[in-house]
Amino acid sequence: MFDMIIPAFLVGGTICVIGQLLMDLTKPSFTPAHVLVSFVSGGAILGALGLYEPLMKIGGAGASIPLSGFGYSLAKGAMEAVEKRGIMGAFSGGVEATAVGIAAAVFFGYLMSVTFKPKG
Amino acid sequence: MNLKRLGNQTVVFANPPVILSSYSVVGPKEGQGPLGKSFDKVWKDGINGEKSWEVAESKMLQEAMQGAMDQASIQKEQIDFMLAGDLLNQIISSNFTARQIALPFIGLYGACSTMALGLAVGSMLIDGGFAKKILVGVSSHHDTAERQFRLPTEQGSQRALSAQWTVTGAGSVLLSSSGVGPRITSATIGKVIDFAVKDVNNMGAAMAPAVADTILNHFQDIQLQPTDYSLIASGDLGGVGLGLACELLKQSGIDTGTNFTDCGVLIYDHTQDVHAGGSGCGCSSVVFAGDILQRIKAGELTKVMLVGSGALHSSTSALQGESIPGIGHAVVIEK
Amino acid sequence: MDDQSSPKPAIPVTPEKYQKLTEQYTPKPTVIKNVVLAFIVGGIICSIGQIIINLFISLGLARLEASTAATATMIFIGALLTGLGIYDEIGKFAGAGSIVPVTGFANSIVSPAMEFRREGYVMGVGAKLFTVAGPVLVYGIATSIVVGFAYYLLH
Repeated sequence: MFDMIIPAFLVGGTICVIGQLLMDLTKPSFTPAHVLVSFVSGGAILGALGLYEPLMKIGGAGASIPLSGFGYSLAKGAMEAVEKRGIMGAFSGGVEATAVGIAAAVFFGYLMSVTFKPKG
Repeated sequence: MNLKRLGNQTVVFANPPVILSSYSVVGPKEGQGPLGKSFDKVWKDGINGEKSWEVAESKMLQEAMQGAMDQASIQKEQIDFMLAGDLLNQIISSNFTARQIALPFIGLYGACSTMALGLAVGSMLIDGGFAKKILVGVSSHHDTAERQFRLPTEQGSQRALSAQWTVTGAGSVLLSSSGVGPRITSATIGKVIDFAVKDVNNMGAAMAPAVADTILNHFQDIQLQPTDYSLIASGDLGGVGLGLACELLKQSGIDTGTNFTDCGVLIYDHTQDVHAGGSGCGCSSVVFAGDILQRIKAGELTKVMLVGSGALHSSTSALQGESIPGIGHAVVIEK
Repeated sequence: MDDQSSPKPAIPVTPEKYQKLTEQYTPKPTVIKNVVLAFIVGGIICSIGQIIINLFISLGLARLEASTAATATMIFIGALLTGLGIYDEIGKFAGAGSIVPVTGFANSIVSPAMEFRREGYVMGVGAKLFTVAGPVLVYGIATSIVVGFAYYLLH
């Protein structure tokens, strides 16, 4: 049950530090939304170059839970689908591989938004 | 024609309008702050049982304006015009308040400078002979302003250390051509000044040059010194902007001394996690309608200059990378 | 009273010089403290994710499936904590530590949507769910398609 906890902590923490440095050392117009977008695209590009796979092996959830892991899954899905289905796979693969995450985000997001009131 | 204007930007009133009464309503955070006791009413929460924060803000402004009338025992029918403003798009809080109060209405937008602007314009209308009594009201609300200008309140992000906290509060002042009370003796209308600050998390820095310019012109026009005033209060530069305004005035050859302060610095203390201080047009309006007027009436202050400072940008202009234009309006109040 | 002849005083500081002054007067972010907190909180969130993965594996799921299920669970937790008004309190001190994990993605979906519920269920909640999620999906999916194309051309 407690396998991989320490690697997950170290890798996940380090990835978050990169995000913090991006926010603190760039212009103030670099908002949390910019951080998330950079991490998704960055994760996808690193995944395509084969550089994110080792992180997943070493860090487990430390690499899959940060949003760069979402980007990695998108890229990996697209490449695997191209292997199977050719060019159409480039369009279907990414979304297929991340469908559970996207659907969960939309569904739970909607559920919570209509259940709770903001406290201000 | 005998102009009442003095110098370039200042008007001096021949018959200085009287502040008959004032009323302030604030949210819980402001009530817990160092000036908590000076406010007439403190709400238990920001929504006060209304269906939205926007409706709550409008109700808060109504309470403040009604409160000012009640304090002076003046009926609505005796008032010639109401002047009001707030921060929301199309100044809806003021418009909806005006719909309820149903007085001839002049809507104002001066961002956080609106209280000073309202006092200046109201005094001109009275001294010009266009009105006998004018009701000025100004509001802002933390939760309506945050989501219009910045981020949703429940978003887990870090605020910059230079960022200010929008005050939840409404202040109202009743001006009259006759009666007993502190008088507004002069006003200096500011120019829009833009020193190319683009950071929306540092509005104090964006507004400081406008405040310094207005103060500089006021002293030039009226030929007085900072020492002729018992208090000069800007509203609301916050800690960063106040330091910058003092520095700019020093470089312009004006020693601000120790009687220069800022409403945004006064309204909260360091334990309240507001970073650079308060902002929003409710801030200077409640600090003026509460603390400052009480200290004038008590004789502790004899001559006060309130310099309202506004950041005249919008969320659209900020996203398009435009810099933030600032403005400062000064009004002088004497016992 | 005269009207035209008065001198017009101006602040003797150029916008360029003012920019330097502003930097001098503006407090700098406490980078070291922020980085340490981001590391600790981000690490803890990922460790919780790992525990959930391990839990799903012990329930018989394959590693990849367990990882996907854990991501969905973390999204649920992030959304719930946002609804309860807890996540923004964590974010105040954790910074990127709570923004970068997928729980932060859930927070960025729920926080605008719940705040705009008063503007209706379609144009309020429905549209605002995607205030931040929209750009993330646009750039994420677009990047994956470009990657897929490149992969197709190279193989």
